[in-house]
Amino acid sequence: MSMLEVKDLSIHFGGVKAVQNVSFSIDAGIVYAVIGPNGAGKTTLFNLITGVYKPTSGEIKLDGESIGGKSPNELATRGVARTFQNLQICMNMSAIENVMVGAHLRLDRNLIKAALRLPSLKRRDAEMREEAAELMRFVGLDKFVDSRADAMPYGALKRLEIARALAMKPRLIFLDEPAAGLNANETIEVDHLVRKVADSGVTVVLVEHDMKMVMNLSERILVLDYGKKLAEGTGEEVRKNPDVIAAYLGAHE
Amino acid sequence: MKKNAYIGLYIVMAILVVLPFVVPNAFYLDLVIRMAINAVIVLGLNLLIGFAGQISLGHAGFLGIGAYASAVLPTHFGWHPVLAMLAGAVVTGLLAGLVARPIFKLKGHYLAMATLGLGIILNIALRNEAQWTGGPDGMPVPTMGLFGFELTSDKQWYWVVALLLSVSVWASLNLIDSPFGRALRALHGSEVASQVVGVDVVRYKVAIFVMSAVFASFMGSVTAHYVGFVTPNLADFFHSIELVTMVVIGGMASVYGSLVGAVLLTALPQALATFEGWETVAFGSILMLCMIFMPKGLVPTLAAKFGKGD
Repeated sequence: MSMLEVKDLSIHFGGVKAVQNVSFSIDAGIVYAVIGPNGAGKTTLFNLITGVYKPTSGEIKLDGESIGGKSPNELATRGVARTFQNLQICMNMSAIENVMVGAHLRLDRNLIKAALRLPSLKRRDAEMREEAAELMRFVGLDKFVDSRADAMPYGALKRLEIARALAMKPRLIFLDEPAAGLNANETIEVDHLVRKVADSGVTVVLVEHDMKMVMNLSERILVLDYGKKLAEGTGEEVRKNPDVIAAYLGAHE
Repeated sequence: MKKNAYIGLYIVMAILVVLPFVVPNAFYLDLVIRMAINAVIVLGLNLLIGFAGQISLGHAGFLGIGAYASAVLPTHFGWHPVLAMLAGAVVTGLLAGLVARPIFKLKGHYLAMATLGLGIILNIALRNEAQWTGGPDGMPVPTMGLFGFELTSDKQWYWVVALLLSVSVWASLNLIDSPFGRALRALHGSEVASQVVGVDVVRYKVAIFVMSAVFASFMGSVTAHYVGFVTPNLADFFHSIELVTMVVIGGMASVYGSLVGAVLLTALPQALATFEGWETVAFGSILMLCMIFMPKGLVPTLAAKFGKGD
């Protein structure tokens, strides 16, 4: 059985049909890519699956259980993590605290215990800080462990989002254009990082425009255009699909 | 949060220990006590406004509930003052929760509107229910006592309030640097990011709003017993605004900023009394200049200038 199953998923914003009857399924342990021209509905699809938007119709199943319309924090409890295309970093916090927030559900959030600074809580927090530092090193942010979030460059913040998502210890992670706005070297580094994440046993779903990275990393690819599924398959299959070529290069009528 | 955040607490405690021995007379001791009471309220309010990013314009209303619970329940119903104080806090907590829950399901700054309305309604109730509250003239409050020990002199009150302030600073510092506090700050920084890592945003906003309201209610009771008299002015809109101003001037999301804001804005009207008639103008000008030149508030601005974290 697939880990994630999406069936006839649609969302309409007024008259705009941003995602229309899209169906696909993702097996556990793979890297799955979603590609398509700008405005194809890739981020909207992510927002639907991660609970930020409620679908107009259709079904989303995680491990056979329906999750359509559930809130993002409920999905987080089921091991679904994500990053954002336009950064969503808490600039009012330090870099490492941003990562620690990722572990929210794994920590004791009791208000009274926190106010009294109980030793058990303090110890767990110190361990978490160490783990967060470790995660920052894992994503290549060794230099920024003691940094403020608002003092970090764009490329580093992109990785900080990945570290925060990993702090959840997710089973399924959605990466929304992790290489957007990065230079060639940084893109290669993120490519390696995504590979490392996948190798650690996390199922990765990727939206990305960098085709080299997509072809390099993903086992299967979903192509969207105008909110509709255009094609789905391995890199090779998608590359040869005439509809895909038409959408990307313009069709000969 | 840096390790040295707690150094400030020791400094505050040291000042609190020395202060009663250097205060020249009873007038200044009274001023210091009122500063400390305000500081505790502002600490609670800053957790809501500065750290969680939610604005309450009706906090004086909660203060009023606490104050009048401590006045009305012992006077008319013979309740023990401690029980009355707790009852005020419970009622405040329930009311705050009742109002906040539907409000926080909406996106945007609806809390400001709702609390504004709530504060005004509470104030009207206090003014009109004269048979219980004495109306606009207010009413006397019985002495606070426990186990035969009665709190009467200003010196006694000073130590009680100093202890409350120290504990509040300590608890605030603890809270900010905990999973709960990080979740609060995260939902302020990016609501959607905090949601996708599992923060139940509505629950956290309600929790911190209720907590800061209960804080205010408790300190309302303390104020009532300390002053020995309550009037509806304690619960009016201008007092709510004054409390918010203390948060903003001292520094949003700054524990020590809360203290500085409370101390300055409690002292300033006294210091400006020499301007005779022009004190409101002077007061307003000072606040404006502060906001123009230090929009982040006194403590964060100065901390950044001298390269030290809060």
